[in-house]
Amino acid sequence: MSKKALERLTAKFADQVLATHDAHGDETAVIKRDRLLDVLRFLRDETDLAFDMPIDLTVVDWYRKREPRFEVVYHLYSVTLKHRLRLKVPVDEDDARVPSSYPIWPGFDWYEREAYDLYGVAFDGHPNLKRILMWEGFEGHPLRKDYPINKRQPITTLLGEKS
Amino acid sequence: MAEILLETEGGDLDSVPMNVQMGPSHPAMHGTIKMRLRLDGEIVARTDVEVGYLHRGFEKSCENVTWTQVMPYTDRLNYVSPLCNNVGYCMAVEKLLGIRATDRCEYIRMIMAETSRIGDHMTCVGASAMELGGFTAFLYAIEVREEIWRVIETVTGARLTHSYCRIGGLKDDLPPDFGASWRSIRKKIRTLIDDIHALLDKNRIFLDRMIDVGVISADRAVSYGFTGPCLRSTGVDYDVRKAAPYMKYDRMEFEVPIGSRGDNYDRYLVRMEEIEQSLRIIDQCLAQIEPGPINVDDGRLVLPEKDDVYGSIEGTIAHFKIIMEGIRVPPGEVYSYTEAGNGELGFYLVSTGEGRPYKCRVRPPCWSFMQALHEMLEGYQVADIVPTFGSVNMIGGECDR
Repeated sequence: MSKKALERLTAKFADQVLATHDAHGDETAVIKRDRLLDVLRFLRDETDLAFDMPIDLTVVDWYRKREPRFEVVYHLYSVTLKHRLRLKVPVDEDDARVPSSYPIWPGFDWYEREAYDLYGVAFDGHPNLKRILMWEGFEGHPLRKDYPINKRQPITTLLGEKS
Repeated sequence: MAEILLETEGGDLDSVPMNVQMGPSHPAMHGTIKMRLRLDGEIVARTDVEVGYLHRGFEKSCENVTWTQVMPYTDRLNYVSPLCNNVGYCMAVEKLLGIRATDRCEYIRMIMAETSRIGDHMTCVGASAMELGGFTAFLYAIEVREEIWRVIETVTGARLTHSYCRIGGLKDDLPPDFGASWRSIRKKIRTLIDDIHALLDKNRIFLDRMIDVGVISADRAVSYGFTGPCLRSTGVDYDVRKAAPYMKYDRMEFEVPIGSRGDNYDRYLVRMEEIEQSLRIIDQCLAQIEPGPINVDDGRLVLPEKDDVYGSIEGTIAHFKIIMEGIRVPPGEVYSYTEAGNGELGFYLVSTGEGRPYKCRVRPPCWSFMQALHEMLEGYQVADIVPTFGSVNMIGGECDR
């Protein structure tokens, strides 16, 4: 079912799709960042694709293992057609930003904030891109592979002081 | 407060908006969560939901332990139904390994996941009722949960954090008298559920507080990524167990209850009906389950018997390697999803072929509801926050990870 989605995607955006695979039955397309929003809108609006539900958005950090360092991973589902698709968008460390998918699915709102908070990937055009799990004033991005697991950052702001 | 009064001297007091901080520690809040509210009289004009107070670095911790050692962390995601998380995680790793658990193991996992689901729904319904003054219904619901926990304890040895599943199998088989003890508590649960229905279904106060409160439309729910009872209450019949049957759900006869209005009352009814369906599924599992091995026959994944460990050098080595180095999972990525108490619980795992997960992402169903919670609160009264927040069943451990 979803095989068709991959075919449709590659046919329409041949120059944007870098690779595809379906290991373990998960249809996956690696796409360029340039026309990401067009691709997402296409996936949502075409009646035979109809990816209406945003399932998950996260980032994989390939620190010193792969270039480019980050990979933004989207999981989409179609409630009407019952098929799934995974999209991966590689981004460089120096330019770790992708356009926000918030206008297409409001359901990626907090997922993008979380990805920004924990990995430091920015989402351009997000209406409220600020930390969500960590506190304001937290330094660094804890899920990056170069953030040490035993590092401690106590909250030192005093009561009444503006953090 | 004094300043506000001064400002409006001679004017209309109600017209001044007031900012209120609700939480993070508040008697009516199930988890530690903060809401910043702008009130226009009794009406909630704007809401800003803040989460993260229970964040403990689930993913970071998982990346630094072996695949097997992740199990106790999954217990603490949705701590009201930990077995659903255990099963979800094991299935994800098994998908990446390219193996499938044995038939008996899958039936036991289903039985345990469904009992947990009953406990989860009962906790949600009971707590919601209590917050609206229905303390009797709460006690009945908690008694159901207590029975469930008692039977789970006989199987897993723990009441709350079970860590019952293993990659490729289970910690233990069911106790021999499980069928009998289930039948006896099933009868009890049935009566208690009927009592809860009798207490709540036509209760004027309960209905007034629940019907047409906290409404969300099907379209909005889908575009926000709702799953589970919250999505089904809007009339969308998406249930992972039906849409993409895993384990033995394709052999089960059960219905997916849906609502129509997407309000608190529909969420309550959907949960109550799902309990009935879970009971049906457990009955069918117990009828179909057959004796057999509970672990896959693969020495690289499953710990050897204790006799072997102490009696043979191969057993000692195998035990040592699994414990110290961890199971080797082939490189790759996988997204595996199951229906947990609150909806689609997904695990996105990335392996580089080492003994530890390179990434262990969990997709918590609560996360999607919480970002849309403001839409379900704005325009209603302050008092409506309590039943609405109760009926989406946010679980801090799962939401904040």
